[in-house]
Amino acid sequence: MVTTLEQVFRDQWGRVLAALIGFLGDFDLAEEAAQEAFVIAAERWPQDGTPANPGAWLMTTARNRAVNRIRRDRTLAAKTRLLQVPQAAEDTMDATTFPDERLELIFTCCHPALSVDAQVALTLRTLGGLTTGEIARAFLVPEPTMAQRLVRAKRKIKAAQIPFRVPPDHLLPDRLAAVLAVVYLIFNQGYGGRGDLAAEALWLGRALAELLPDEPEVHGLLALMLLLDARQQARFRDGELVLLADQDHSLLDTAEIAQGRQALERALALGGHGPYVVQAAIASLHADQPRDWPQIAALYGELSRRTGSPVVELSRAVAVAEVQGPQAGLEIVDRLSLQDYHYLHATRGELLRRLGRTDQAREAYRRALTLVHDDAERRLLQRQLAELDARPTKNTP
Amino acid sequence: MQYVLLIYHGTSLTTPLPEDEQKRIYAEWAEVNKTPGLTGGVPMGLPENATTVRVQDGKTLTTDGPFVELKEAVGGYAVLEADNLDAAIELASRIPAARLGGAIEIRPSETYW
Repeated sequence: MVTTLEQVFRDQWGRVLAALIGFLGDFDLAEEAAQEAFVIAAERWPQDGTPANPGAWLMTTARNRAVNRIRRDRTLAAKTRLLQVPQAAEDTMDATTFPDERLELIFTCCHPALSVDAQVALTLRTLGGLTTGEIARAFLVPEPTMAQRLVRAKRKIKAAQIPFRVPPDHLLPDRLAAVLAVVYLIFNQGYGGRGDLAAEALWLGRALAELLPDEPEVHGLLALMLLLDARQQARFRDGELVLLADQDHSLLDTAEIAQGRQALERALALGGHGPYVVQAAIASLHADQPRDWPQIAALYGELSRRTGSPVVELSRAVAVAEVQGPQAGLEIVDRLSLQDYHYLHATRGELLRRLGRTDQAREAYRRALTLVHDDAERRLLQRQLAELDARPTKNTP
Repeated sequence: MQYVLLIYHGTSLTTPLPEDEQKRIYAEWAEVNKTPGLTGGVPMGLPENATTVRVQDGKTLTTDGPFVELKEAVGGYAVLEADNLDAAIELASRIPAARLGGAIEIRPSETYW
């Protein structure tokens, strides 16, 4: 019973809040009204039963609360759109078919005039319905700092008049890229260990795919996140990171892989070939056994040309090493200027180890250790270094 | 909604440009000035000739030069009446200084009294 109520709340929060913001033109007022409506629902529904159309019920209740508040408070009225549309506004919205304005909301939250930190926090708060405390804990920030970040962002939206709308066509590609970047950032924060955020990002990704069904990159991102998330069980063994090559294939979530591939097919059918689609295609190949390394290397090459990213080149080097041997991989690695990136040195260490150049491998792993921040990553490097010392030096590759 | 656009030239005003490039910049400005809702500011001279005034303990102190560093000084301003921030961003991106190493700062106007 409690879970169903939570599920309904989870599904409805973003939609109800988005429509309220669209209606009231004010984030704070909308948030307060939505919160009130959800509290009332939590009291009444367990006794009276969940209404047939929970969203409409919540919307009507929240709207009435907000309208009553505005009527009582003249100065508040002066600050909201309701002043311009006094009586009629109440009747214009048919609560049974209230508009889905979640897209308007996410584009507002991810507007480039807000800092990325603020974009992330605002998206999680408004669309995801996470509390300020939950967001603060997920990003290891004190709660007052996160609260301040949200207040500032909402204040700027209002003061600078950041529009509540889906951007026009000529702005859409850039703005959509910003939205997708925020969702992927949330996912990666979760992928690093905080599982709730990964689930949150997947939920946002699914919502976006539903709201923008014709955008290939939206499906590409969803596919990528699903295919990476399917690996979550295999990535850790007893709390320790497991390298891709050593991951137990039977631990992959096959249902999630199937969903991811379905999303990828949709993206490809739409003619998608953007960075998320290509990364999803690579993730899909990684889920096969044995892996098609030449194809993976080719796709990394494509992604590298497209993004010009040295980090992508590093991944390509790993794939090339599988196809043409460690020396070919090492040649790519040594061309990259990523000296402060611990993965570069970890990759060099692994390739040098395979080439039997143990001393240099050891040196590379040690360099990686000085640069790593994550504890699980550090322990993995320490294990690799220890294995290197345990093994006799080989002189043949 | 009213926005104040602060124009920062960076080093672009003091860097000599070929004549055709200079003409292009004037042409771009002419286009920008046609934008409905835009009211251009009074043209400002170089920050080198600025005088900065402070009052401390009732005493007026003047110093040579702008309040901030020379290359950080405001180079001009304009006022735009627009529907929302996106419209202001679109106009700002067409002001030549934005692509010449300078920048445009968009500030919403505010009523304080």
